[in-house]
Amino acid sequence: MAQSFKEAINSGKFVVTSEISPPKGSNIEKMCHHIDTLKDKVDAINVTDHQSSVMRFPSIGGCLYIKERGGEPILQMTCRDRNQLALQSDLLLAYVRDIRNVLCLTGDAVVVGDHKEAADVFELDSTQLLRAIRQLESGKDLGGNDLDGAVEFYAGAIVTPEAQPIEPQLIKFEKKVEAGAEFFQTQAIYDLDNFSKFMEYARQFPVKVLAGIVLLGSARMAKYMTENVPGIFVPKDLIDELSGAPKGEALNKGIEIAGRMIAALKRDSICDGVHIMAIGREEVVPDILAVAGLSTEIEKK
Amino acid sequence: MKSITKQKSLEEIEQQLEGLGRVYIIGCGTCTTMTKTGGIEEVLDMKDRLQDMGKIVTGWTVIPIACDEMTEVSLRENNEAIQNANCILVMTCGLGVQRVGSYIDKPVIPALDTLFIGLEDSPGNFHEVCAQCGQCVLGWTAGICPITACHKHLLNGPCGGTNNGKCEVDTEKDCAWTLIYERLKEQGRLDLMRKYQPIKNSQVVPRPRITIIS
Ligand code: SF4
Ligand code: SF4
Repeated sequence: MAQSFKEAINSGKFVVTSEISPPKGSNIEKMCHHIDTLKDKVDAINVTDHQSSVMRFPSIGGCLYIKERGGEPILQMTCRDRNQLALQSDLLLAYVRDIRNVLCLTGDAVVVGDHKEAADVFELDSTQLLRAIRQLESGKDLGGNDLDGAVEFYAGAIVTPEAQPIEPQLIKFEKKVEAGAEFFQTQAIYDLDNFSKFMEYARQFPVKVLAGIVLLGSARMAKYMTENVPGIFVPKDLIDELSGAPKGEALNKGIEIAGRMIAALKRDSICDGVHIMAIGREEVVPDILAVAGLSTEIEKK
Repeated sequence: MKSITKQKSLEEIEQQLEGLGRVYIIGCGTCTTMTKTGGIEEVLDMKDRLQDMGKIVTGWTVIPIACDEMTEVSLRENNEAIQNANCILVMTCGLGVQRVGSYIDKPVIPALDTLFIGLEDSPGNFHEVCAQCGQCVLGWTAGICPITACHKHLLNGPCGGTNNGKCEVDTEKDCAWTLIYERLKEQGRLDLMRKYQPIKNSQVVPRPRITIIS
């Protein structure tokens, strides 16, 4: 049997996770194709939870398909759409179906998504969700009632190492650690010097950190993200490198940049692994790993 | 304290008034006068609009404080014109509409949408600062309310969407948690931000919320 994500990360190996986005609708063909592409190449696959507040097939559903197809899922769970009762019951379902990794997120605002008039919940935040998991593990629910059968999860959270200002973000990071986060996947990072500084700080805490790698498909995308996505800064030399690529070669350049960064992170043991977000281009994740020199190692899992 | 309101579209008002040809209009001399949604001027304007719709306006009044119990007296004084109408179109906040409705045996129709209870920062500029959540946390948050000022009403610090001090939902809007952080830092009380805030009690006073002061 394949190693669990927790076992892989605790074995000291440089782990790789990636993510898939469930379909808008009932056609799961593409999602299953992405699962099959990734399941033997990475240590675990995140499934997004109505990412950007766009209604989709559920995250837990995607995780069930990953299990079915022999992969290791990471259930992304946001606090946007569910109150205490709903979050806890989904965790019970996840546990009994062997979905043991949970990434706790606050979630995007409803108004940025495609159901702009929907109610938002946010009864819990990411820190409180982490604590809720730890409480369920103790055999009690959030109402203080006994559970007939407890749960056990490997719980994680996210952090944005390039946020401005950084201190409030770090305070939240520490609160998440205290709340029981065992691993972190970061927002996309591009400046390895900055990230190394963040890691010097993060190393004080007993948590594993996976650097977020977002594949850059073009110079335009890189500029757009820098200008519009909170906490993402693509340095000018990378943007220049992308715009300097011959016509039709920008994506290959992006793959090369991502692979190169991953190789450097591993070579210098800067962090414990990487989380690759290919955003719709999941089929090139194996190419990124090949450039990083990681493909064979992970296939042996 | 001001109830902040916004006039409904004339289309919606007309839909609510379907089959009700004779209308009495009530405004309020307090909040909706201040916000220019239910003062004398707006009531008179509404009268013209209703007449354009083919309605008969049997009368109108602007009650000093429509949510106050003195409203009953004003209504009695205007009883004749009210009795002549099929319904009352109320240009007050939801409190006033319900107060009026409790004294009159005719349909009360709101002309306004009640948005929030707000503070006036500068003339005409209102903003929500308290959502009456029932469990005030201002003591931990440097006097800035995360329930109202943070779009996601978060209690344990900023979400990942905060960007250079602005909120993920609107680049013009300040991120509440950046403001709280800055003020706590200034006060040398950042430890308060490090303190875990548990899940809020959503049922401090279950709805409908009632309290009796003895
Ligand atoms: S925390 Fe905010 S909403 Fe709640 S009572 Fe205090 S000011 Fe009002
Ligand atoms: S950006 Fe700031 S104000 Fe906006 S939802 Fe996040 S924490 Fe709240």
